[in-house]
Amino acid sequence: MTPAPTSESVLFGKLSLAALPLHEPILVATFAVVALGGVAILGALTYYRVWGYLWREWITSIDHKKIGIMYIILALVMLLRGFSDAIMMRLQQAIAFAGAEGYLPPHHYDQIFTAHGVIMIFFVAMPFITGFMNYLVPLQIGARDVAFPFLNNFSFWMTVGGAVLTMISLFVGEYAATGWLAYPPLSGLASSPGVGVDYYIWSLQVAGVGTLLSGVNLIATIVKMRAPGMTMMRLPVFTWTALCSNILIVASFPVLTAALALLSLDRYLGTAFFTNDFGGSAMMYVNLIWIWGHPEVYILVLPAFGIFSEVVATYCGKRLFGYASMVYATVVITILSYLVWLHHFFTMGSGASVNSFFGITTMIISIPTGAKIFNWLFTMYRGRIRFELPMMWTVAFMLTFVIGGMTGVLLAVPPADFVLHNSLFLVAHFHNVIIGGVLFGLFAGIAYWFPKVTGFKLDVFWGKVSFWCWVVGFYFAFMPLYVLGLMGVTRRMNRFEDPSLQIWFVIAAFGAVLIAFGIGAFLLQLFVSFRKREQLKDLTGDPWNGRTLEWSTSSPPPAYNFAFTPVVHDLDPWWDMKRRGYVRPTEGFIPIHMPKNTGAGVVLAGLSVVCGFGLIWHIWWLAGAAFVTIVVSAIVHTFNYARDFHIPASEVTETENGRTRMLAAGV
Amino acid sequence: MSATEGNAPAHGHGDHHDDHAAHGSLKGYLTGFGLSILLTAIPFWVIMGDVFRSTTTAAVVVLVFGVVQIYVHMIYFLHMNSKAEQGWTMLSMIFTVVLVLITLGGSFWVMFHLNSNMMPMQAPHETMTSPK
Repeated sequence: MTPAPTSESVLFGKLSLAALPLHEPILVATFAVVALGGVAILGALTYYRVWGYLWREWITSIDHKKIGIMYIILALVMLLRGFSDAIMMRLQQAIAFAGAEGYLPPHHYDQIFTAHGVIMIFFVAMPFITGFMNYLVPLQIGARDVAFPFLNNFSFWMTVGGAVLTMISLFVGEYAATGWLAYPPLSGLASSPGVGVDYYIWSLQVAGVGTLLSGVNLIATIVKMRAPGMTMMRLPVFTWTALCSNILIVASFPVLTAALALLSLDRYLGTAFFTNDFGGSAMMYVNLIWIWGHPEVYILVLPAFGIFSEVVATYCGKRLFGYASMVYATVVITILSYLVWLHHFFTMGSGASVNSFFGITTMIISIPTGAKIFNWLFTMYRGRIRFELPMMWTVAFMLTFVIGGMTGVLLAVPPADFVLHNSLFLVAHFHNVIIGGVLFGLFAGIAYWFPKVTGFKLDVFWGKVSFWCWVVGFYFAFMPLYVLGLMGVTRRMNRFEDPSLQIWFVIAAFGAVLIAFGIGAFLLQLFVSFRKREQLKDLTGDPWNGRTLEWSTSSPPPAYNFAFTPVVHDLDPWWDMKRRGYVRPTEGFIPIHMPKNTGAGVVLAGLSVVCGFGLIWHIWWLAGAAFVTIVVSAIVHTFNYARDFHIPASEVTETENGRTRMLAAGV
Repeated sequence: MSATEGNAPAHGHGDHHDDHAAHGSLKGYLTGFGLSILLTAIPFWVIMGDVFRSTTTAAVVVLVFGVVQIYVHMIYFLHMNSKAEQGWTMLSMIFTVVLVLITLGGSFWVMFHLNSNMMPMQAPHETMTSPK
């Protein structure tokens, strides 16, 4: 798209007016829409004078609940971007047949599938999951916040920083055209001289800091801040999966950071780690990136398993079948996920012993996962199942995920993989497990915890419309890809010659349109529910007859979560408290010690974006100045001693009295 | 941090459990410091004084001292033992070691297998040594 500039100016580096994609009508139109939308939103915010409110209550907030909500909003916004990429690809592949070129030139198309993958994993699935963990973990373990509240705010804004850099690439310069993992030598300087891969590297490095720190934070929270009586074997399953997922984050993200750092050394300083000559090996990059990449899959899906476990237990009115086996299965998956990475590159040419080892470990990992499926089924068996929205998503998940799991085991057989590697069969498989596992889990979680977060339930009708569009759309979109993959069609193709394949791509595009309706219905559901919020109000704080501690608080919970730290006597503590006739304390409140908001996180993250932008465009003075400012600001922040305050007892009493009135109104 | 303190009275195990075991003593730090100096000096001497004729032996000796150095740091500076933090430090330590071994060992195994299925080269021995 942008021809590599031959000269670099000191002031602007590689950046010049030629970097703006003015010759691409699709991008210009998108930019116009985004700019108009952005101006409208900024104008509205100014008109209604909410800037101060946003700054004080949200941007600088270190309340884990607000940060969790902001993570989920980020994920939803980026979902729209990632899905636009998806539907553009499906349309291109549905029309570009037998000589027709479609509407996306190859260079643009390549950037779209790269951006789709990167955005969906790093800026949709990850923030979504992190948002859920942030919001729920402290509530589930009876804590008032995470272990390091400021770090939490900083982590969030770093994740946003990475997303911002990715979005900037849409209109300034270009994005990587290498696929979502940017394999060298294609991502090396010789094959990708533009700024696309640099955008990729620095957006992931900036966001990676946030991910890693939030992992550390949540591990410390779960290990150190559990309410008295909550032993490890009384942790709610979602918190267990969150713990394992964060352990995976802390153990595996440094490998990604290192691999990307080595790649950037190759690109910036002319080293030869992954080059074809001077002793470099591109396969080492592939090896390293998958040592991170496979655990990443489980980072995403384990918390989704946790959500399903909570949902199944609640809507069947039963304790989860085989709690201990669920925990052990989760831990076993955590360890095994480090022993399977080579199955992503069986075809690189390693010998039979290597391939069969990794093939067998891959098959073994399906055993604990299968055990989980049986645990959910046995929980449902003879349970009083209420088919509310979260339960519907859970059933759809179990059916869909089993198909995805089976095709996964099929791909784990090395000889089969030699046929199916890099085909649309693989694309169908991982969408099958990520949409059918992670995304369905997140939608189940949204429907389940929405009343807790906002104080009102979601509208059921539009939820069902969204559910059916998503589920049916998924099958229409991805089952044809299995068929095509078995026929040998490879992924990432811009156009096709054989017209007999076209019908399958048309069916897949139809599925994508159904999913678009699903997303639309979901947004409509949010809107309709907001309009009907008085009708859908949850006064009890426990609309589903829940089992874990978050349901013992009001909806939405007060800033301090728990006026008194709960004492846990059993698994499913809130169920146990209800059974034993727990009486909510209504007096004797004491001041509560809480952390204070700070703007340091957003400042540091903003500077990181500037630093990343400078590095991408080789504007060295800007990158250097931004980096020095980051270090100085971080040091200055350490001298900020006004970090905490007490919520006075009178305010606690007032909040709790409000709850008492609400409970009385609900009865 | 402050949230931890906010919870501490009700927790009972928030702030002040086995702190004495976790911070070590002057003697411990000095022992660690002395050992670290020693363990750094010996490898330097091994290389600079050309103590071993074979470079491979020298490299192995340096690596062994490096591993012992890591061990000394963990015990004297990071105060690792099986009891600190209710065993969590030890558990995470074991987990980390296992993962590092898997990552390093696995990578070596995988990378040295890279050419298994290649066509035999004309002079495989020469190809193997050419990157020098």
